[in-house]
Amino acid sequence: MKERIGVYICHCGGNISDYVDVDELSKMFQEEDGVIVSKDVMFTCADSNQKDMVKDIQDHNLDAIVVASCSPKLHLHTFKNVASRAGLNPTNYVQVNIREQCSWPHSDQPREATVKAAGLIRAGINRVSHSESLDNIEISVKKSVLVLGAGVSGMKAAIDLARLGNEVYLVEKDYFVGGRIAQAEKLFMAGEKGTEIISKLFGELKSHNNITLFTGATIEKASGSLGNFHVDVKIKPRYIRGKADPVLVQRAIEECSVFINDEFNFGLSKRKAIYKNYPEAFPDVPVLNPEALRNQQEFISKYASCFDLDQQDEVLSLIVGSVLVTTGFDSYQPKVNEYGYGNIANVLTLPEFNRLVALSPDKLIYNDKPVNKIAFIYCVGNREKKGENKYCSRQCCSAAIYSSLELKEKYQGIKAYHLYRDIRTYGKQEILFEKSSRQGDIYIRFDEKEPPVVEQVGTSLMVKVKDYLTYKKELEVQADIVVLVTGMVAREDSQQISETFKIPIGSDKFFNEIHPKLKPVETVIKGVYIGGACQGPKNISESVQSSLSAVAKINALLKSGTVSIDPVIANINNDLCTWCGKCAEVCEYTAIREIENGDKHIAAVNKAICTGCGICAPICPVNAIEIAQFTDLEIESMIDGFMSKIEIPEQAALTEKNEDGEVLKMKEFPQIWKNIVHSINGDKKTVLQISQELAVDKDIIMYHVMTMHKYSVLVANGMDQKQQYYYYSLKK
Amino acid sequence: MSDVVFKPKILVFSTDKISDPGIDQAGLRKIHYSPAVYVISLPCSSGIKPKWILHAFEKGFDGVFIAADGHECSYSPKCPEHTNRIIEESQILMKANNINPKRIRMAAICSVCAEPFSSHMENFSKILIGLEDMKVETGKVL
Repeated sequence: MKERIGVYICHCGGNISDYVDVDELSKMFQEEDGVIVSKDVMFTCADSNQKDMVKDIQDHNLDAIVVASCSPKLHLHTFKNVASRAGLNPTNYVQVNIREQCSWPHSDQPREATVKAAGLIRAGINRVSHSESLDNIEISVKKSVLVLGAGVSGMKAAIDLARLGNEVYLVEKDYFVGGRIAQAEKLFMAGEKGTEIISKLFGELKSHNNITLFTGATIEKASGSLGNFHVDVKIKPRYIRGKADPVLVQRAIEECSVFINDEFNFGLSKRKAIYKNYPEAFPDVPVLNPEALRNQQEFISKYASCFDLDQQDEVLSLIVGSVLVTTGFDSYQPKVNEYGYGNIANVLTLPEFNRLVALSPDKLIYNDKPVNKIAFIYCVGNREKKGENKYCSRQCCSAAIYSSLELKEKYQGIKAYHLYRDIRTYGKQEILFEKSSRQGDIYIRFDEKEPPVVEQVGTSLMVKVKDYLTYKKELEVQADIVVLVTGMVAREDSQQISETFKIPIGSDKFFNEIHPKLKPVETVIKGVYIGGACQGPKNISESVQSSLSAVAKINALLKSGTVSIDPVIANINNDLCTWCGKCAEVCEYTAIREIENGDKHIAAVNKAICTGCGICAPICPVNAIEIAQFTDLEIESMIDGFMSKIEIPEQAALTEKNEDGEVLKMKEFPQIWKNIVHSINGDKKTVLQISQELAVDKDIIMYHVMTMHKYSVLVANGMDQKQQYYYYSLKK
Repeated sequence: MSDVVFKPKILVFSTDKISDPGIDQAGLRKIHYSPAVYVISLPCSSGIKPKWILHAFEKGFDGVFIAADGHECSYSPKCPEHTNRIIEESQILMKANNINPKRIRMAAICSVCAEPFSSHMENFSKILIGLEDMKVETGKVL
């Protein structure tokens, strides 16, 4: 129990003191039990006051402090640092929010705001009096990072983490690095080739000895916590011998006569059973499909020095200090017959169409028919009011328009129709929209409730659309190909990754950060970060920005070799605990386990893993769990503080003189109180009379008159003739 | 005097990462709500103990409002389930202590939900005032 408490109440210029009587409050708390120092200060966060606070703590030997000022989101750490500088444990500090949650929202009722502020501060004093001195938990960490996903975000993150001196393990599920950008022939805005960016990044990856790349690799399991994650990586074989002669391997590829479906090109073409995604793909080692070559014994034997079909999956165990997940996204896959997809041959998604364009150097031909008229249908699988994907993927408008621009540059006689709901080419990408409009692309807006209908008419397609901008006049667009501009969705394997690393998933099924603005790359799992489009739809530059901010966070975390984390964790009362296992069942992070303690079994908390969320506390049938800084004593004493009787001296309400020369402290009163005082003046009036005179609703006047009565600004002065209303007059 | 204004005292349990910034924003934008609303911020609404809720009613609070994160909770996708369970357990406790179970309420309040918070407070106050078994004390202005 703290008995030497310092209380500092901030004027915040006038943000607080214009509405809350801070002078009176600081005087009131000087009389409070356990309070040694109580001051009101113009700006508590000012350097001068921070120095005074340090001096007060040392001179008066204070054992706890309360600052009543703005939201803890702004200055919690400022005053925790003041406490530390004065030699006081920062957990013996409580910040009370009397600005955002008192003076500002109640600026219309200053007296009530003062009473509420008194309750809030008393609750703060009660809470701090039960606070315990807790030390941060120190954990030693390994300076190594697992980066999951070698798309552009993951590769860039791995390079910069390595440059900062960290050991990096880059794990990619595919056999080749680069992710989705490898499939885009050109990227907006500047028109670079995706494959060129990958080549450049791969060159940088190779130049760092402290990066180990695993391709064809997935995470088998993960355990441990911040500083020491134990991760098992499963690596699929390529079936190519490590020391195979590259010239001989190349000859084998040329000779291979077995073709398989080309997944990289969405089945638009076939590839050989020994393949690379595209000729310049990295790492520069092909992959062999053993199923396809199972019956080609002669061919396999001929190149036995290159192939090894007995290669098995390999599992490697790694220990890393931190994990960065940059697994990216999946493109929305339309349902069968959604805009004819899957049923009508010439309906493609935008990624499929982009591969078709990449594979067609001179003429755009699909299903043996030249393509001239293209209809793009936007917002497919996104912005669904009734469906699952309510969000906008925001990069697809720009991607589709950029594809349309590229088509006209690459081929002759292309006509593009854009059937859209809204065009969201934000930022510089607006230039693309302008350019496309100028070059004659036709934009037709449709209503979500009446989407276009795609029909096969003879050998071509007919798209019927109601033009929203001409009173829904029905138009028919003849097209050779319909391109569905599909948005981004969370990856199919995101649930599995979420379970492996315990990363929470949002309602959109993407990974959840702690806070979208304030902690955008951190997850609630200490040491696990997210970057790129695994967190939600992003374009390439936004993805790289987010993964690089995660790099900065991770490096700051690991650089000293030890990490200091908040002591807000679950604590088990060993005497009360009888181990029923319910707490361990609800813990999302497996932070609780069963241990032996003398002659009984009890729960034990792993301090490095526990997030202090408190989910385990209310489920305990014997109330054996408390969260540090949110103990029963602290919370219940706050409730007592809110409800304690507040006595603010009556004279504190008055500062101005009324027309009869009576002294009234009106400065902090709301205008309506002043109007009521002027209306009554030296007379006596009923609520009804005041209401009529001021032309303000009777109930509002009733409320304010009652409040003024409670604070002795007004007094009751008999009843009217019908015995319905009291008369009120000013208190002398 | 029977014609008096009764402002129910409401205890709000908020979450420090999501709903508390929403409540702060109501203040920042000077959106008014009852000054008889008091807020305790916790890491997660799934960590509220029913005994705290009972304590609040015993000490004189008229209503308890849980400003939860809903499905946006960064700790657990099961947060709404846990919080609902806590409310159910609290209501059983409340019934046993002759407290109307309608005096507890929950809604998801996001980090920009300033107006929704203010209107929740207004609606909840009206509900509390309308409850027949609420003891309306004369002169209980604040």
